[in-house]
Amino acid sequence: MKLIQSIGILLFLVGLAVFTAMPFLGNYTLTEELVLSNTKDIHQEKMAEILAPMYGETYSSNFSFISTFKDNFNSYNDVLKDEAKWDEVIWDDYSLPLAQSSLSSPVRDNPWLFFGLSIGLAVLGGLMYNLPKYQGEPEGIKNNGIFHSAMKNRGWMGMITGAYLILFYIILYWFPAYIVNQIWMVTPLSMILSGNPASQWFLYGTIYTLAITVMGVRMFRKYRGNKYQQLRTASVMFFQTAFAFLIPEILVLLNQPYFDFKNIWPLDYDFFYDYQIDTFLSSGGVGMFMLIWGILLIVIGVPTFTYFFGKRWYCSWVCGCGGLAETLGDPYRQLSDKSVKAWKYERVIIHSVLVLAVVMTALTIVNYFSGFALLGDVTNQLHSFYGFAIGSVFAGVVGTGFYPFMGNRVWCRFGCPLAAYLGLVQRFKSRFRITTNGGQCISCGNCSTHCEMGIDVRWYAQRGQEIVRSSCVGCGVCSSVCPRGVLKLENGSEGNRINEMPIIIGNDSIKINA
Amino acid sequence: MSSNRHVVIIGNGIAGITCARQLRKLDDSVRITVISGESKYFFSRTALMYVFMGHMKFEHTQPYENWFWEKNKIELKEAWVKSIDFTAKNLFFQSGENMVYDELVIATGSKPNKFGWPGEDLRGVQGLYSKQDLELMEENTATGVTRAVIVGGGLIGIEMAEMLAYKKIPVTFLVRESGFWDNVLPKEESELVSRHMREHHIDLRLNEELQEIISDPNARVKAVRTKSGEEIECQFVGLTAGVTPSIDFLRNTELELNRGVKVDFGFQTNIPNVYSIGDCAEFHEAPAADRKAVEQVWYTGRMHGETMGYILAGKKVTYKPGIWFNSAKFLDIEYQTYGTVPAKWDTEKVKSFYWEHTSGKISFRMLMDLQGKILGVNNFGFRLRHEFFDQAIREAWDAAKVISKLDKANFDPEFFAPYYIEIQKAFKSQFGGDVKVSKKTFIQKLFGASV
Repeated sequence: MKLIQSIGILLFLVGLAVFTAMPFLGNYTLTEELVLSNTKDIHQEKMAEILAPMYGETYSSNFSFISTFKDNFNSYNDVLKDEAKWDEVIWDDYSLPLAQSSLSSPVRDNPWLFFGLSIGLAVLGGLMYNLPKYQGEPEGIKNNGIFHSAMKNRGWMGMITGAYLILFYIILYWFPAYIVNQIWMVTPLSMILSGNPASQWFLYGTIYTLAITVMGVRMFRKYRGNKYQQLRTASVMFFQTAFAFLIPEILVLLNQPYFDFKNIWPLDYDFFYDYQIDTFLSSGGVGMFMLIWGILLIVIGVPTFTYFFGKRWYCSWVCGCGGLAETLGDPYRQLSDKSVKAWKYERVIIHSVLVLAVVMTALTIVNYFSGFALLGDVTNQLHSFYGFAIGSVFAGVVGTGFYPFMGNRVWCRFGCPLAAYLGLVQRFKSRFRITTNGGQCISCGNCSTHCEMGIDVRWYAQRGQEIVRSSCVGCGVCSSVCPRGVLKLENGSEGNRINEMPIIIGNDSIKINA
Repeated sequence: MSSNRHVVIIGNGIAGITCARQLRKLDDSVRITVISGESKYFFSRTALMYVFMGHMKFEHTQPYENWFWEKNKIELKEAWVKSIDFTAKNLFFQSGENMVYDELVIATGSKPNKFGWPGEDLRGVQGLYSKQDLELMEENTATGVTRAVIVGGGLIGIEMAEMLAYKKIPVTFLVRESGFWDNVLPKEESELVSRHMREHHIDLRLNEELQEIISDPNARVKAVRTKSGEEIECQFVGLTAGVTPSIDFLRNTELELNRGVKVDFGFQTNIPNVYSIGDCAEFHEAPAADRKAVEQVWYTGRMHGETMGYILAGKKVTYKPGIWFNSAKFLDIEYQTYGTVPAKWDTEKVKSFYWEHTSGKISFRMLMDLQGKILGVNNFGFRLRHEFFDQAIREAWDAAKVISKLDKANFDPEFFAPYYIEIQKAFKSQFGGDVKVSKKTFIQKLFGASV
């Protein structure tokens, strides 16, 4: 078994190395035809002229190609900016489509081969490593050695992993022109699913879904014998694969709008953006259904399900961000900060994001109906600020890139406006709580240590109190790791949800008159 | 009571700390000092094993953040008490300092038993109780240990075995009795645990005692010899044959001692304004028929502390423990108990119902009196609700009623296999009577693990 696991690690690393080396393959040759076919009508003439010096030149790396492109492009734009001719400035960034179309590389020629050598090997290696885990050992959760691990305790491996993830997100969001090889690599897959070429988002979605799958298998092994964890993991794997990845692509294949039926505003912050609304309204019955479905989820789905089951129905069973956190992020869950100070920051930050999302959306809707007369510019500014600061930096770079530094729920805990909304319902109007089993707590701290949301579960458990916290995503790991059977996630009557236990059950010395 | 008095608590374990917290809740102005040489801040002793195995860092075992003590005006003094002048109400520390008290609570806990075995003080031989023991164990097992021997079959022993397994050190476990922990567990449960230990490759030797520990030339253990004459080569020996009150510094003073500090049910010692709680206190008589005069459990320590806090705040209360409960985890198998389930009982007066799952890892026992009223339960491998059994036992429910409501008592996570249904069926077939067998819920049929 050890051998298979070692080979698995090796294959994973080879796959990762191939993936990482890919941007350095191939060369780039731009022609006028490519410029004309990859730019908007209004820019075609200008762009063809600006980029003329590059035609026919072969650039041996993406660095030289992109920097030459920028030199040419900027020298045109900068002059206009200096002269304040804002109307004539070209604001569109054509570096991605032009780099992609100019590329000739072995990856573009053999996409499936490179898919197999990179992502394929990584997935295979990951499975070979995960599947044999704990074989021959009795059932039971082993967190052995996590704080002695260089990967899981902010050691050098964790630092490298975090840095790699952060770099990946930065390139993905702001410099996709450097990863056109990878986009070509997944293009045939995209053609099969949606009939359209791949974008960097399709690349991201593919990797994301496979990460959840491979690390979901790890969860099955780690929490074997624990039905709650098994079902929950299967659920996030299903919702990611079907709802987030396959169905939207198939919708596109069927000439319908791209839509993730489980993504809910305000996490899905552009749901009410004008171009979204226009898409829904111009797509007939299906578009109308999507619009109504999305609104029903916000208005009825969230409060109703959260009332009956707590926010876990979404955060740790359905959500894509939650899905990644609960699978890929599980090895880092113990790194969340449990201090009261962190809790204070959490409440201020996450509710600020919620307020920002609500204000932005309200403005967007007002603008939509007033024909963008009133605050059109402000709304656009707000959209680009939110998209950059919250949508990309917070949710992506920090949200996932910081797994190895601050735990796997940084975004969910500090940033997600939907989690804030679900949390308000959970805190004030819900049947969900974590029940403490009388006086059985021994204050060992396993629950708090392994809480990904940084809830000091022990604080409540050792007092015999039920745990009612807006941030709890109901992952159930506190209950799973408790050595004395003290914690149970329950939906029950609202009456006894918040209890004080001045004297813990089992001591009759002191009578407290209720 | 004067509110500017100084209450000093020696020992910052669960008993001492609970006392300090309760007292502070009831009295805002009393000056409270907690003394410990072991660790400045309160930590959960039960979690030391998890630090060793890398499940946690030491700071995770501390239930309160460091600011908590200052905020609640609980002064912490990191020092070892050397002696006490009870007349002058003065404590002397090993460091040479001293501290005056008005009221003193002795909550110094326990230390591992040593029975005068030859070689028990060799290097590589140790018990496991304190933070210092943990550090020593890390040092003792860092390198060169190819086998360890654990002496004494109790909870700390099995924890130690699990810790050594983490380091991939094979363990031979010597248990004097014919079953593991069989002074507490009935035969079937003891066998269940023994099986599970062997499943984890622990070399469990029942009916085997330690004769002597053999030294290498560097005063380090190189082997043990058992009573049956076998010599087992080992580089580490764990002594886990129970614990005893840690009160050596109080010997030969006017304080009345036996095994522990003798106290009444108000925790009052023979000296006014001096109290003792937790593991180190010994009641003049056992607080209840199913309890001992020295109570060495986390939960009793906490209850002593709660009650002591009230007493120090001037409330007229005495220690009256309720229905007994306890819990433990044997490697992967959790154990809980509620009420009275001794290792052996008089079959003329007590009826027993025992159910065991075919896996041999999950079991349930209920003892009843001859009228069929519940006396207590043991459960292994699944979880039961404390509140439910506290009420059922206190109100002496009919066993049939308890069994019929077992679905309400179940505390396993959602979607887990409904073992209570099997238990209900087994009880019904053995004892008959008016027992209602629960139906599987729709969700259990759809997703529930099979029993």
